[in-house]
Amino acid sequence: MSIIIDRRLNGKNKSTVNRQRFLQRYRKHIKKAVSEAVNGRSITDVESGSQVTIPSKDLNEPTFRHGQGGKFTHVHPGNKDFIKGDRIKRPPSGGGKGGSGSGQASNSGDGMDEFTFQINHDEFLEYMFDDLELPNLVRKQMMDAQEFNMRQAGYTTDGSPDRLNIVRSLRSAHARRIALSGKDRREIRQLKRELREMEVSPDETDESRAEELRDKIRELNGKLKRLPFIDEFDLKYNNYVKVPSPSNKAVMFCVMDVSGSMTQEIKDMAKRFFILLYLFLQRNYKEIEVVFIRHHTAAKEVDEDDFFYSRETGGTIVSSALELTHETISSRYSPKDWNIYVAQASDGDNWEGDSSVCSKILCNKLMPLVQYFSYVEITDRQHQNLWREYESVQDQHPESFAMQQIKSANDIYPVFRELFLKKTAKAN
Amino acid sequence: MSREPLSTGSEWTFDLIDEYDRELARIADGYRLDTYPNQIEVISSEQMLDAYASTGMPLMYNHWSFGKHFLSNQQNYQRGRMGLAYEIVINSNPCIAYLMEENTMTMQALVLAHACYGHNSFFKGNYLFRAWTDADSIIDYLLFAKSYISQCEEKYGIEAVEDILDACHSLMNQGVNRYNRPRPVSAEEEKERQDERAEYIQRTLNDIWSTIPKQESTEEKVSEERFPKDPEENLLYFFEKNAPLLETWQRELIRIVRKVAQYFYPQRQTQVMNEGWASFWHYTLLNTMYDEGLVTDGFMMEFLHSHANVIYQPPFDSPYYSGINPYTLGFNMFCDIKRICENPTEEDKRWFPDIAGSDWLDTLHFAMKNFKDESFILQYLSPKVMRELRLFSINDDEARSYLEVEAIHDDSGYREVRESLAAQYNIGNRDPNIQIYNVNVRGDRTLTLRHYMHQGRPLDDSCEEILRHVHRLWRFDVVMESVDEEGNVKKTRRCPPADGKESR
Repeated sequence: MSIIIDRRLNGKNKSTVNRQRFLQRYRKHIKKAVSEAVNGRSITDVESGSQVTIPSKDLNEPTFRHGQGGKFTHVHPGNKDFIKGDRIKRPPSGGGKGGSGSGQASNSGDGMDEFTFQINHDEFLEYMFDDLELPNLVRKQMMDAQEFNMRQAGYTTDGSPDRLNIVRSLRSAHARRIALSGKDRREIRQLKRELREMEVSPDETDESRAEELRDKIRELNGKLKRLPFIDEFDLKYNNYVKVPSPSNKAVMFCVMDVSGSMTQEIKDMAKRFFILLYLFLQRNYKEIEVVFIRHHTAAKEVDEDDFFYSRETGGTIVSSALELTHETISSRYSPKDWNIYVAQASDGDNWEGDSSVCSKILCNKLMPLVQYFSYVEITDRQHQNLWREYESVQDQHPESFAMQQIKSANDIYPVFRELFLKKTAKAN
Repeated sequence: MSREPLSTGSEWTFDLIDEYDRELARIADGYRLDTYPNQIEVISSEQMLDAYASTGMPLMYNHWSFGKHFLSNQQNYQRGRMGLAYEIVINSNPCIAYLMEENTMTMQALVLAHACYGHNSFFKGNYLFRAWTDADSIIDYLLFAKSYISQCEEKYGIEAVEDILDACHSLMNQGVNRYNRPRPVSAEEEKERQDERAEYIQRTLNDIWSTIPKQESTEEKVSEERFPKDPEENLLYFFEKNAPLLETWQRELIRIVRKVAQYFYPQRQTQVMNEGWASFWHYTLLNTMYDEGLVTDGFMMEFLHSHANVIYQPPFDSPYYSGINPYTLGFNMFCDIKRICENPTEEDKRWFPDIAGSDWLDTLHFAMKNFKDESFILQYLSPKVMRELRLFSINDDEARSYLEVEAIHDDSGYREVRESLAAQYNIGNRDPNIQIYNVNVRGDRTLTLRHYMHQGRPLDDSCEEILRHVHRLWRFDVVMESVDEEGNVKKTRRCPPADGKESR
């Protein structure tokens, strides 16, 4: 009378909808947690999800409960030496039931102060992109880390009409016709020869025999005509296979001004910009190296931590960083082996005479080597001469130079829009 | 009559489960355990987590709070902070029991005995379940509720639906009828009656809120009368029928939450009995199997190990202590009833003259059928069990700076300890007693709730938040008065808060 059912193969994600409802409801909290996580983690570490913590008071589901106070009696087990009438000091309130227990067990659980859970990689990026106001299409492109190219791999005998290979199909039809008609044509040739011999022979022609031959030839020709010119059997289609694309290497130079005028806020914004570029590259290249170059009056290659979080003071000479970038490229990253991307972030300050030097280095040395150079100026002030110099560089290299002024996080995206547009355009 | 053991290894197979189930059914029948047919479902741990999140029910409407529970269980489980229950059993007909695939054969047998014969017979036999829940139709009803709510979400938006559900969930414990038996729920009936009900509600609502004065003289009289005439304890029912501005679908949502709350209500009142009964029977059934030679010594060792873990009661000063373990208390009590019937001592004969020496199976079945935790403890908790668990009661009075040991497990204390423990399981004492007291029908429609304080215990601060939920359902001012035993209003809260009227 019992029924035993194996349910293990049924879906196990019955809670997905509820989970999403929950995430939706606490979107604000999660976004905050994600943005903190972005600040806290390396820009190359965007693969993993994140832990999100929400203060549990924000998400409790209240029910009517008794509070502290009043009179009540509670029964406990495990008495050791109490006897009736013993008096015990009241344990400090809120401290739970250390000694004899105030018995105020909360029915909502074990008094968790924080509610912690995991979100996965895709969700993490989703929330981060939300901040940057990326359009959905781009989001998808960025999130599909593995991109495939279709590559031709021989031919198949079936497929969709748009993949029909005409030359191959006709060739195979031709071959079939030859193969199927060979015997008949040989016979025709034989008959024709016999007929011709008969016509040219000095002997009297046997009319009836000739007529017979002609009939036979006609009949065979008719048979040949009935052979289909092209048969379903002949059709050949191009065969495509998916291959992961492209598997070459890229290096990304993060160049940032760390002079006194760059506040932590500006640096955080720059960090998002660098992360986006990294994600973009990750989608296109299998192996990516990141080089951090920071500069004030002198440039230096540093690790990521120093790059974002150490403070320097002093003036600004941008050309020093560009010079160092160039040196690094020529010593370690040959453009033959590496796709080179440079991302520069700055607040636009530069030493008066240096900007023209910068544009010279860019035009003469760097631009020929790099795939793409992007410059973001994170400021809401007037542009200074560095911007104007860079504008002239952009005029000369519209293909591979992008610059953008950023006032808030959602300005970062347009730079990438250009980057994407160009990538797609090049691919076609 | 010794036979070959059913299995020797720890691996389970479907055939083995079937065989064990058949033997258990046979033995259970010998003990007159009357059960619904069993539907045994084997599931994976992920599915168990899913089942946890939606209060164990095989289907449930969607709500963010279930997602929250899922996330927290998942996190705890993956970190190894929490083990999953070996089983979940649902009070339905057929009775659905989930077995986890990770369990060993011994554990599966234990779960079969515990859930499919223990809990199942309790669901079918206990008077509370018989009177308050409909095992035949609950799954149907949940199906109806789920599709109705998702239709509402499509029509009115998820947020609007969640607003109502959140409010209802916070009042769930105040959404049950404690004394009247509600109409049985059935999905088909529900659908049929929906329109009828909608129309009826609108009509009666208009009666209540009709602003046309009938006659001068009657109006004066009416204004002195309270509405509702008698305080209403079922807040959700009251809002469903009387909230002035709710749409029909909103009332229907309230009704759904109310029905679900009602379904779970008996479970909250019979935890000790239910778990005790199931534990008693898994212990008895498996021991009988052992006596018949159907299981091996190894099987018994593993079983006893798990059994001992389940009924372990940490003492009050242990770091693992979190109240009295209902499994322990229930199991010990049922075992003790059996002992009193079979081998009564002098003490037992004094305390339980009517059951000492009677047929133990009859007595046990009678106890299972006719009691809830509170009355069960009051009736059957014996001095011996109190001594074994070393129970003592502590009195906490706000007016004093110390706690006092009121009674312990000795001759002068048995009755007191037993009464205190029984009171502790009285839902009426555990949940604050909150009732709809009055509606200002002729005026600004202010709703007055009254909290009848029990032994001077105040409400938790989360009360303010709930008042906002109540306000969301009622849409007019809401006042909550805490009233002490003499009928004096001790504290008044309102929503929206009015300045200067906070409290007296």
